[in-house]
Amino acid sequence: MSLLLKALAKSPWIFHASSGSCNNCDIEILDLLTPRFDVERFGALLVGSARHADALLVTGAMNRKSAKRIRTVYEQMAKPCLVIAFGACALGQGIFRDSYAMTVPLDEIIPVDVYIPGCPPKPEAMIAGIVKGLEKLKGL
Amino acid sequence: MNVGHAILLFLIFPGFLFTAVLGLLVSWLDRKVTARVQWRVGPPFYQGFADFFKLLGKETIIPVGASRLAFLGSPLMGVAAVTLASTILIAGMVWPNQSFAGDLIVVFYLLAIPSLAIIIGGAASKNALASLGSSREMKLVLSYELPLILAILVPVIQSGGRLRIGELVQYQMEHGSFAWSLSGVIALLVCIMCLQGKLGLVPFDQAEAETEIMGGALVEYSGAPLAMFKLAKAMMLVAMPVFILAVLWGGLGNTTSSFILGIIKYLVLIVLVTLIRNTNPRVRIDHVMKFFWGLVSAFAVLAVILAVLGV
Repeated sequence: MSLLLKALAKSPWIFHASSGSCNNCDIEILDLLTPRFDVERFGALLVGSARHADALLVTGAMNRKSAKRIRTVYEQMAKPCLVIAFGACALGQGIFRDSYAMTVPLDEIIPVDVYIPGCPPKPEAMIAGIVKGLEKLKGL
Repeated sequence: MNVGHAILLFLIFPGFLFTAVLGLLVSWLDRKVTARVQWRVGPPFYQGFADFFKLLGKETIIPVGASRLAFLGSPLMGVAAVTLASTILIAGMVWPNQSFAGDLIVVFYLLAIPSLAIIIGGAASKNALASLGSSREMKLVLSYELPLILAILVPVIQSGGRLRIGELVQYQMEHGSFAWSLSGVIALLVCIMCLQGKLGLVPFDQAEAETEIMGGALVEYSGAPLAMFKLAKAMMLVAMPVFILAVLWGGLGNTTSSFILGIIKYLVLIVLVTLIRNTNPRVRIDHVMKFFWGLVSAFAVLAVILAVLGV
């Protein structure tokens, strides 16, 4: 099993789910694929289907429409997998906290492994967060 | 040839192990060249192996209502077919005397099976996006098979009706590669277009359009079956260019220099395919059919006519 876990840490495929974010975090994620940061060096890829993914990256503040769908997406993923809460909204609903449309923060819906704060987080913070998540995965 | 020897051929060299290892390395080359084109560093050389072993260790999910046998069987069918195809092909190229009559046709059919596996797997997974991907893959197969079979007819006609890969390779050793004639050049260009479609790379990746139908036919696959599909895809990166190399572009020859030249030709085909995929957008599926049945087929027919005339 340890070889398989090692391989998992070398090839984290990321599925990006937005739960009503303001699109700022979503755009910042694409920074990681640019020549300056290039996370493909570590084997990370953005994939189109939740079934293929090893990490679920959630942005946004969990509004009433998307909260249950985020839970469905988490249930659809093949385990073992990571959940990364990305940006101030996913962590604690940020500036949308008092809105009538909001439910609860992400970590009350599904288990969260890594929290990356910021509005939006800097690319360095994202890489640091993903590395922390992979370290945690190795210790499973 | 006894049974033990055949199993050794199938499983070690030039069959499963050789093709899989080479295919995963070449899939790294594809990603590395892509990264360099985009001014990035790209993944390390073992990336294909890391992806494969990771997927083996993940959970396998079978969707409710999916056909279990077809869903789990089709990836194995794809890997088995491409393994057998590359075994016959590379064995025919390395030991030309041992190939059997008509193996060109057998390899041609075997190379169509991985696409059929994707169609069956997508259709069996009970997902709207997967069935959309399957239907697109079906149209893609219909599109590129016609010009490809016409282009493969060119070396058969030029060599006077030889249908054995070993004989075609030997004929090219004596008379020079088919690609040095006018009809051969046109056939080679047609083959490169069909190669792009057969490998399912942009601009012909409609069946797996990640940004559009979320992975298409493979959308419901996870864990080991997905690993098998990825492996079949990587092995096609070996089988398909080697097929074109063997029947049309001189094979590996019988001297050291021609062997090195053959390897370089193979790498040129891979890098060319990668560059095409990095400089083109995905096109619509009806445009694909129009392109292959119109322009590419016209050139393929022209190549066949020229080959009959002996040019």
